[in-house]
Amino acid sequence: MTAVTLSGAGGTLPAGAAPLVALRGVSKRFGNGTLAVRDVDLDLAAGEFVSLLGPSGCGKSTLLRMIAGLGAPSAGTIAWPGRDEGAAGRGFDLGFVFQDPTLMPWANALANVMLPLTLKKVPRGEAEARAAEMLALVGLAGFERAYPRELSGGMKMRVSIARALVMKPRILLMDEPFAALDEITRHRLNNDLLELWAHERFTAVFVTHSVFESVYLSQRIVVMAARPGRVMADLPVDAPYPRNELFRTSGEYAHLCRIASGKLEEAIGS
Amino acid sequence: MSTPQDSIARASAAAEALPVPAEPRFLGLPAGIWPRIFAPLAIGVLVLALWEFAVRWNGIPPYVLPGPLLVGQTLVADWATLSVSLWVTLRITFLALAAAVVVGVALAVLFSQSKWLEMALLPYAIVLQVTPVVAIAPLIIIWADDIDLSLLICAWIVAFFPILSNTILGLSAADHNLVNLFELYGASRWQTLRYLRLPAALPYFLAGLKVSGGLALIGAVVAEFVAGTGGNASGLAYRILEAGYQLKIPRVFAALAMISLSGVAIFLATSLISHLLLRRWHESAIRREN
Repeated sequence: MTAVTLSGAGGTLPAGAAPLVALRGVSKRFGNGTLAVRDVDLDLAAGEFVSLLGPSGCGKSTLLRMIAGLGAPSAGTIAWPGRDEGAAGRGFDLGFVFQDPTLMPWANALANVMLPLTLKKVPRGEAEARAAEMLALVGLAGFERAYPRELSGGMKMRVSIARALVMKPRILLMDEPFAALDEITRHRLNNDLLELWAHERFTAVFVTHSVFESVYLSQRIVVMAARPGRVMADLPVDAPYPRNELFRTSGEYAHLCRIASGKLEEAIGS
Repeated sequence: MSTPQDSIARASAAAEALPVPAEPRFLGLPAGIWPRIFAPLAIGVLVLALWEFAVRWNGIPPYVLPGPLLVGQTLVADWATLSVSLWVTLRITFLALAAAVVVGVALAVLFSQSKWLEMALLPYAIVLQVTPVVAIAPLIIIWADDIDLSLLICAWIVAFFPILSNTILGLSAADHNLVNLFELYGASRWQTLRYLRLPAALPYFLAGLKVSGGLALIGAVVAEFVAGTGGNASGLAYRILEAGYQLKIPRVFAALAMISLSGVAIFLATSLISHLLLRRWHESAIRREN
């Protein structure tokens, strides 16, 4: 895997490096005639943390799902120049976190995290060990045998993230994963997500409608507008990592939030 | 990642220090269960006592309405004959229920794999369901040429539909995002069925099983009645017909009581199975504490 640049280069790619994912002229029209996404060009570099920010209905979730391969674009192409198509295959190389934890209620935390490994027929012993290790990494050591209903909202989301990361994917796609959580839990999960990102070095694409969350987390914010869904702005966030509560309360953070807020207002007004 | 681990560990340590409010137990069962046993039991005893009193007070002859004591005596006295008949009826009931589970689940799985098959066959399953079994039982008895087999077919027809329709519903009720997730990881049809659709359908199937358990008994008894009028059966329904012709009304009541109690027992058994399978995860089996 390529090294992560923690300085936050923003929208531009390092010269000569092929992007991990390249979207060209991607549009999506649903069967009912709604144009959900119109003509999106977007490059995602290996190892970067990108947020898709926009009001509801701007097609950011649809775009994320298309990157995941859930529903083909009506027009345009999604290419993976940074990945060996033959060996990787779809699904192996990406993790997806839904807005809801989307856990199997009949299976305990360990079995839920094991699911991708089970589906790929990884031997049970190895799968259990890897799933347990991943659960420990998201802070849930000791909860392997707990059923989803016995876990809090934040803990369920941790299981969901562990499941998405258990295959060591090169890209992690997250669809407003913390929107339903309370602020304290959300802040803690934001911090833990950044630590995981630094530790595992995946490419992160984070869909959110929160300006503050997107500025705190990402190196780059793609602002989208609704009806039809399209890219309005591509903002670099030039603040160094690791980011913590100090950054969250800094003037720099407030400044960046004001810029992103302005762009989002423009997008909503357009 | 030290922060969340530490805080969770600390929180759980603090929680473990709290005393767990142990539920008091009585004769091995949680104390909260006993009213649920005693309340219906008390009503039963009260009604039986009133019935006995009314029969004696009004001097009603036993060939019109026997008192519960006489019914009980008859049950004991005729146990040898009646228990044989009970076994015959229960055997048909359980075989029919087993066949209903196998065919119902198999058809539901087949339908979930092919919408065409569902569209083509489901209407006929509904036709079977809505046709009164008493109306087709004589035909089945003529065609099947074997009394046990024909009774089995009749009871099965009545019992299988709830299992089929509930399992169909359950198989299509899996969380849409989970279906997407399976698609994302390239799961095969078989894997999606085994790891997602079948577990998701389990609560629905069990609800169907509870209904079908009672229906299998009803189907067996109805079919026996039809067969019994032809004089060739030995189940409880036939005993009722026979005793009715001979005006042995206490025996009719004894056989009726056996059928009712069997139905209750089947319901309790299916409820227990359902509880044991769902208690770890399904909302219906979880007791809320507020």
